Amino acid sequence: MKMDLLTSLYVFMLAGFIGFEVIRRISPLLHTPLMSLTNALDAIAVVGAIVLAGEHKSTLATVLGTLAIIAATSNVVGGFLITDRMLKMFRGSAPKKP
Amino acid sequence: MTAAAGTASFIEVIYLIATVLFILSLKWMSSPATARHGVWAGEAGMALAVLGTLFQHGIVDYRWVAIGLVLGSIIGVPLGMVQMTAVPQRTALSHAFGALCVTLVGTAEFYLRAPAVPRFMMAVLSLEIILGSLTFTGSLMAAGKLQEVLPQRPITYKGQNVVNLSILACAVAVAIYLVINPEHTRLFPVIIVVPLLFGVLMIVPIGGADMPTVISLLNSYAGLSAAAMGFVLDSKLLIIAGALDGASGFILSVNMSKAMNRSFSNVLFGAFGQEQIAATSSDQARPVKSATAEEAAAILAAANKVVIVPGYGLAVAQAQHKVRELYDALTKRGVDVKFGIHPVAGRMPGHMNVLMAEADIPYDKLLDMDEINGDFSQTDVALVIGANDVTNPAARTETGSPIYGMPILDVDKARTVMVIKRSMSPGFAGIDNPLYYLDKTLMLFGDAKAFVGAIVRELGGTQH
Repeated sequence: MKMDLLTSLYVFMLAGFIGFEVIRRISPLLHTPLMSLTNALDAIAVVGAIVLAGEHKSTLATVLGTLAIIAATSNVVGGFLITDRMLKMFRGSAPKKP
Repeated sequence: MTAAAGTASFIEVIYLIATVLFILSLKWMSSPATARHGVWAGEAGMALAVLGTLFQHGIVDYRWVAIGLVLGSIIGVPLGMVQMTAVPQRTALSHAFGALCVTLVGTAEFYLRAPAVPRFMMAVLSLEIILGSLTFTGSLMAAGKLQEVLPQRPITYKGQNVVNLSILACAVAVAIYLVINPEHTRLFPVIIVVPLLFGVLMIVPIGGADMPTVISLLNSYAGLSAAAMGFVLDSKLLIIAGALDGASGFILSVNMSKAMNRSFSNVLFGAFGQEQIAATSSDQARPVKSATAEEAAAILAAANKVVIVPGYGLAVAQAQHKVRELYDALTKRGVDVKFGIHPVAGRMPGHMNVLMAEADIPYDKLLDMDEINGDFSQTDVALVIGANDVTNPAARTETGSPIYGMPILDVDKARTVMVIKRSMSPGFAGIDNPLYYLDKTLMLFGDAKAFVGAIVRELGGTQH
């Protein structure tokens, strides 16, 4: 049990460092799509909600789980959709010229 | 190995692949050329993780899962199709949804485990619930302010910070009590309801100009609450996704506060709009030089290098497409046109870049403040459209100014400065701008869209 906690803390710390290093390199040009993308990725919380709703351990858990699935799924679908729509608009000048 | 254990490790491997895809997804975001691959990697990781989860042994009933996924998708599609000017409020709303999901799952997990909740579990669960709840209402408030259904002006009163912090401290105290005595389950709703209230009160004193910082900060909270949920569910995938999101939000909020030369605590507890009355007092009648569209067009046509500085006012006036026509007309005449974009030019980090990209302006012409500032001394004309405080030279020199120390675009170093503005009224922060009274500055009074359109007509390039 103690070991699990420690492993999780290691994972959290390392992921935090990776996050810092990777995201620091992203130019301000793309900060808005970055935020909508991380938002969509964050909605991976949907897996927790799926287990909760699917296990059917209590009525409360099923109801809350289902609502949580709805909230997270809307972020997944909406987040990826808008990120892609934004990125499609970013075009360089070289290939644009006729 | 039993079948159940086999499935469990299969799912773990799927999650591992999903994690790799998530990290690659962010890595590819570093360049506009590969950014769309990043979205695809993220989508693939998400699809794998969701499908893998459906095989989980404990899942006995797929009906509610299916209903949730379908309803969520139905809500998600319109949220993905909003206009680009509405992206900040959409983002705030999605922080709220993410936090809602985390809070609901946390609540259900508590009641499934209560009353025998181990201490560490109760601690992370409390963290998850407190962060989730305050992010939920805080983000809803931010979305409301951005959508202008709520008043954008900061609402402040004496002792506000003391009240707010006491409320938060109260929630934390109850959480600590629950960690020590988890059997007192009746107290649990307190750590949901009190942070919900705190979330509202936290955003009430924050004005429109601070929204970029606040959205980033809420992004960070949403990520951290999801990571806490990962600890509760012992899901490495969730811990990692939450940590990535938390780090991203944190970096963006630091960037935004730096761009406004303010500390976090100053944004959260400082209510910017308060200082404006003192700042706008004197010098209202100083003379300015103004010019017509015809004169402006002649100066622009004669220039070699032009830097356009767009502000949020440009987006409000829906002038992006006219600016694109101006860009085309000038480029056709051989003028080198670039755009100088301040980090807080829009309503969220990078927002102005999206608005310009939407108008089909090539992204390699959109330069960040640090990239463009060295260029102004060799620039013939700096054309400021709908921006004010981010070009205010008082930020460099006047120690008494509320924006003193804020990094600005050095447009006053260009040979000629042209400012399109409705009138001489001060900007968002209500601070007078000495730029307008310089000898080299020409004020172009009028609506941004109409005025840029008039310049384009003078340049003889109305087609397209």
